[in-house]
Amino acid sequence: MFEFLQENLMMFYLLTFAVFLGMEVISKVPTVLHTPLMSGANAISGVVVIGAILLIRQAQPDNYLVLILGFLGIALAMINVAGGFAVTNRMFDMFKKKKK
Amino acid sequence: MGLKKLSHPETARNGNLLAAAGMGLGILITLIFPMEGAPNNYAWIAGGMIVGGGIGLFVAQKVLMTKMPEMVSLFNGLGGACSMLIAFVELYNLEPGTSLGDGQGLTTLFALFIGSISFTGSLIAYGKLDGFLRDSLVLPAPQFINMGLLIVILGLNGYAMTLPGIDITWILILTGVSLLYGVTFVTPIGGGDMPVVISLLNSFTGLGAAGAGLIYGNQVMVIGGILVGASGTILTVLMCKAMNRSLLNVVIGGFGGGGQASGSSRDEVVKEASHADLAIQLKYSQKIMVVPGYGLAVAQAQHTIHELEKNLASEGVEVKYAIHPVAGRMPGHMNVLLAEADVDYQRLLELEEANKEMPSVDMVLVIGANDVVNPAAKEDPSSPIYGMPILDVELAKNITVLKRGMSAGYAGIQNQLFFGDKTKMLFGDAKASISKLIDEVSNA
Repeated sequence: MFEFLQENLMMFYLLTFAVFLGMEVISKVPTVLHTPLMSGANAISGVVVIGAILLIRQAQPDNYLVLILGFLGIALAMINVAGGFAVTNRMFDMFKKKKK
Repeated sequence: MGLKKLSHPETARNGNLLAAAGMGLGILITLIFPMEGAPNNYAWIAGGMIVGGGIGLFVAQKVLMTKMPEMVSLFNGLGGACSMLIAFVELYNLEPGTSLGDGQGLTTLFALFIGSISFTGSLIAYGKLDGFLRDSLVLPAPQFINMGLLIVILGLNGYAMTLPGIDITWILILTGVSLLYGVTFVTPIGGGDMPVVISLLNSFTGLGAAGAGLIYGNQVMVIGGILVGASGTILTVLMCKAMNRSLLNVVIGGFGGGGQASGSSRDEVVKEASHADLAIQLKYSQKIMVVPGYGLAVAQAQHTIHELEKNLASEGVEVKYAIHPVAGRMPGHMNVLLAEADVDYQRLLELEEANKEMPSVDMVLVIGANDVVNPAAKEDPSSPIYGMPILDVELAKNITVLKRGMSAGYAGIQNQLFFGDKTKMLFGDAKASISKLIDEVSNA
């Protein structure tokens, strides 16, 4: 356990850093923008797609269970990413249109 | 790697497009990042990305703005499912006999657990928002079941870590109970609290992603995941504050049926308004406050109300909108809808400003909102929404409530406001009613 902590010390620094950054970002966003914010944050949580990609890249080409599960993972996470960003963008477009 | 690390948090602040670009970059780097002796299987990756990306974009273009909360929760569930799958495969890939009793094992189990919860939990939340799962679906003693399940899950995970190695059966069991927990966790929570739940689950998904990131030692995933986790948590807390309830209260309590009985037993009469009368009244008002709610969203009446607003404005009437923080199904949901209809930003008032202006308002139009204007939140300590800040519409000189019927609001409680002296009801679909009002106003 301690080894793991030591090896990943950098990781844990980043983790703490990201927590504070997340708080900082949110506390500055007005209520008005919470819906786009939520869908934006949701889209970001699609970063798991990277994990799925790494997973597949390391898989043996004949290991179909892993390949299929990984494929599913990528597809699902990509729906999350692409859909999330596209929708958030649509919402921002509406706000922009009005400012003209 | 350093570049990615920097780009991500920066972009999250700067805007959605930049965030998307950052993510694209992260994905691209992951794709071309040289990996020794790895059989890349690019065909599978490309297939998954095209299928997923295609579906995502398609759905995002098609979805109605009113369906936004539903969609976010659905997407969120998919993200959770992905973390779950990754953790599942990672566990499956472990050499037989590998112990899970180290940090690596812990994070993997964590990702599996969190991912599963947010997957099934989000699906249930989606069902509740969409209305095909009603709150009537009640588990016996939900608190007990949930606590029990949680203990079982923690116990099983802890036990698995002490084993010299785990096999596929174990993984399936762990996944199964975690999925089940997601269901039992969300099911007892009332539909009115869904936004909070989604935000919470969103932060779970973020944590799941961060967990998966730790498995691979990938910074982008860790930062992105934690960022979402932290921001989701804060958003959740903010929302709870807007409703004046603690998170624990939301998660454990659910809405009780207590207040319902006291409200529905009354047989007071409501006064109905006619379109023509209301139109005249509106026309000769100085100041009108519109309180939009989910009913407006459902009826797609945001454009119609804007039209009415313009007509009235040309008659010299001051029209403003009072937006309750939890109006609609998500914070800011109403703002998005009204923005879609080109309503001037200046006209939207937040809770406090709106309440300050309320006494000088001649007519309040409550359109498809209910709980956010329910005086029970202030007067009735037994009411489940007691303590929630509301829009004090009863301070205004006149109130008209546009509503489809006398049914209770999303929180499932009766609203005394509807029986008040100053209140009139205008029944019917919000859009049809407002259209008629527009005609009447131009005729009057």
